[in-house]
Amino acid sequence: MKIEEKTASVAGLPAEPERATLEGKNKILGFWLFLGAETTLFATMFGTYLALKGETLDGPTPPEIFVMPVVALATVVLLTSSLTSVFAIMAMHQNDVKKMIRWFGLTILLGAVFLGVEIYEFIEYTHLGHTLTSSAFGSSFYLLLGTHGSHVLYGVCWIIGLMIQARHKGITVHTAPKFYVASLYWHFVDVVWVFIFTVVYLMGMMA
Amino acid sequence: MATLIILIVVALFLAAILTGGYNEQYLDRVKQNWLWDWITTVDHKKIGILYLIGGGLFFAIAGLESLLIRIQLMFPNNKFILGDVFNQLLTMHGTTMIFLVALPVLFGLMNVIVPLQIGARDVAFPFLNSLGFWLYFAGGLLLNISWIFGGAPDAGWTSYATLALNDFSPGPGVNYYVLGLQIAGIGTLISGINFLVTIINMRAPGMTYLRLPLFTWTTFVTSALILFAFPPLTAGLFMMMFDRLFETNFFATNGGGNATVWQHIFWIFGHPEVYILVLPAFGVFSDVISTFSKKRLFGYHSMVFAVVLIGFLGFMVWVHHMFTVGLGPIANTIFAVATMAIAVPTGIKVFNWLFTMLGGRIRFTTAMLFATGFIVAFVMGGVTGVMLAVVPADLQFHDTYFVVAHFHYVIIGGVVLGFFSGFYYWWPKIFGTFLDEKWGKWHFWLFYLGFHLTFFPQHFLGLFGMPRRVFTYEAGYGLELNNLLSTLGTFLMTAGVFCLVFNVLRTVIKGQQAPGDPWDGRTLEWSISSPPPEYNFAQVPQIRGLDAWWLEKQEGNDRMPPAEPLGPIHMPSPNYLPFVMTLGFFISGLGFVFHSIEVGFLGLAVVIVTLYVRSFEEDHGYHLHPKELEEGVNGS
Repeated sequence: MKIEEKTASVAGLPAEPERATLEGKNKILGFWLFLGAETTLFATMFGTYLALKGETLDGPTPPEIFVMPVVALATVVLLTSSLTSVFAIMAMHQNDVKKMIRWFGLTILLGAVFLGVEIYEFIEYTHLGHTLTSSAFGSSFYLLLGTHGSHVLYGVCWIIGLMIQARHKGITVHTAPKFYVASLYWHFVDVVWVFIFTVVYLMGMMA
Repeated sequence: MATLIILIVVALFLAAILTGGYNEQYLDRVKQNWLWDWITTVDHKKIGILYLIGGGLFFAIAGLESLLIRIQLMFPNNKFILGDVFNQLLTMHGTTMIFLVALPVLFGLMNVIVPLQIGARDVAFPFLNSLGFWLYFAGGLLLNISWIFGGAPDAGWTSYATLALNDFSPGPGVNYYVLGLQIAGIGTLISGINFLVTIINMRAPGMTYLRLPLFTWTTFVTSALILFAFPPLTAGLFMMMFDRLFETNFFATNGGGNATVWQHIFWIFGHPEVYILVLPAFGVFSDVISTFSKKRLFGYHSMVFAVVLIGFLGFMVWVHHMFTVGLGPIANTIFAVATMAIAVPTGIKVFNWLFTMLGGRIRFTTAMLFATGFIVAFVMGGVTGVMLAVVPADLQFHDTYFVVAHFHYVIIGGVVLGFFSGFYYWWPKIFGTFLDEKWGKWHFWLFYLGFHLTFFPQHFLGLFGMPRRVFTYEAGYGLELNNLLSTLGTFLMTAGVFCLVFNVLRTVIKGQQAPGDPWDGRTLEWSISSPPPEYNFAQVPQIRGLDAWWLEKQEGNDRMPPAEPLGPIHMPSPNYLPFVMTLGFFISGLGFVFHSIEVGFLGLAVVIVTLYVRSFEEDHGYHLHPKELEEGVNGS
């Protein structure tokens, strides 16, 4: 039950340190529920986008602006980062702090690359006259993509904080739930991207 | 201007901290203060009390607003409050009552009672619990300071686009609405998650799902509804905020936006919200009625089933608020049928309450009076609800006082009476004293008669064609008498509330001590002392059936069998970070209200820094040792 009593036992870490304490279990369950709430948040934004995407006014339409190679690059980068975060959690289960930090480092590096690609993409779009205020399509597009992008940014900052903690405190039953939850978050952000890729880009380019 | 002032204040704060403008002694003095204790508390019982105080405060404000509205409508062509101020009163009355009163006071009861009912020492996330309260309070404060700075929101509590956009609502009014609700909404979501995890993970051994008291069950379903209903509101408020602050075009029709999208989003949240409010009240009634009938709840399983079904159907009916939008006969029909279907589980519940009382040994305490009064009022509200669900009829009723009468019958008849019932029922548990029964009965009768006198005539006002939201009407259309009666009813209700206030003050000053089990209760919270010790249960109890405490009393035990030996108890330490984080949100909200984006981001920066500080904090709480506990065990 009590976190601090279980951290440095002689027998080493339990097999699943993230679930070894009630606090850890609560944190993970609470986070799953939070992701449920986030799902509804994004669902609302997707719904709004679908309702408004035809309202381009005089601005460019989706097929005119979306560039497949750029989007594909962003997708590959982000999906790979999900894989590396899995490796980080596997390293955590092996109680290998250094390896975990390395994998998490690679994860957020890929996240940063994704953000870079997205920023480049947005700048290109604004040159084409597709801005937040140009039309209802623009507003709903940037809100959806921007919310996702800010989630990626938040994840990058968060995992940096966790990497610092991992260096100082190592993997304990107190820190393990944090790493685990962060990786859940990262997967979730990826899943949202898969939907964005399909609903916004693929459906947009086919129209 | 506002930007400048806030920046200066922040700079002064930083200067004070960096130059040592405070010292250790001063900080010590601050920490000794009782206020510090309440600001930093993570005890779910204290947070529950904070919710009750906050809700009470806003109840007074919103009640006053309704009184002013009714005084204006007392006579035809009255000139008491006109035009814009009336719109502001109307908007703020609705917004405050729904977001800042109804849910928070129920949260207050849940916070205190749910962990006790499931045999838990605490909630799952004490830190977040405190954060949830402060965010709610800050959001409410932000909404209400609009009266003083720049004018209150005036686009109705539904804040429909395009009325709520810049063209028709210039000035900061609706900004307060958007940001205040955003901040309060985060707090609500946090609390919802907290209750869910608490109920799923922290039940005492033997407390299976089908042994949970009904109040806990309804809290559970309500929290699930919050989880899925509040994020759409968050998204919608975000869009409206962007439309107002950054000239986006979500709802602005001249930019290609669609005002109906706001209606959909608002009601996808708004309809479940009704059930978020009323389900906990159902839970209160179930517990109160079975306790004061001295019988176990009739049809416990069907009760649980009905709660879950209502929770599910609550998400399927939002379009019944939009029958007149013109979505077409198919959509209207589907949602009309789904709406009427809710009457079935609700009927199950009503009959179960009646059958619980049938043949019981009923004690008409104040709590029980509110519960029985509720059944009548709520059934009436339900019947008019079915009337409104009939689409062709709704085209006539829509936006008339008939709707106003309906939802006040449901919200006051359900939620407010439910809260009062729970308030009288659990007051002894929360504070360890009794509320006076005589004053309680005055409160009930004045409030209950006033309520019917206020809202029953409004059905007829609606049928006679009086639209809602208007600030005056002409004489000679048959509206005078009913409006007069309705306003007189509000005075009676106010008198009732004064009885409650007097009762509370009287009890706080010289209340009669309450024992641990004053009502001969059935559920677990009555098995410990009143008020409960900070660790709730010295030993986590072993649960052997439904109505666990009643079961033990039937077998002649004077306390619950323990599920664990007496040992040190782990407690979370108080924390000031929730308050600081809330301050950040508040500053941010204020900044965005006045279009000063720098201050908005400054506030958010405070939030981010606090998040980091929290993440790095090494705080494992403290232990209470068995020696300190012995007193509690014997005293229970």
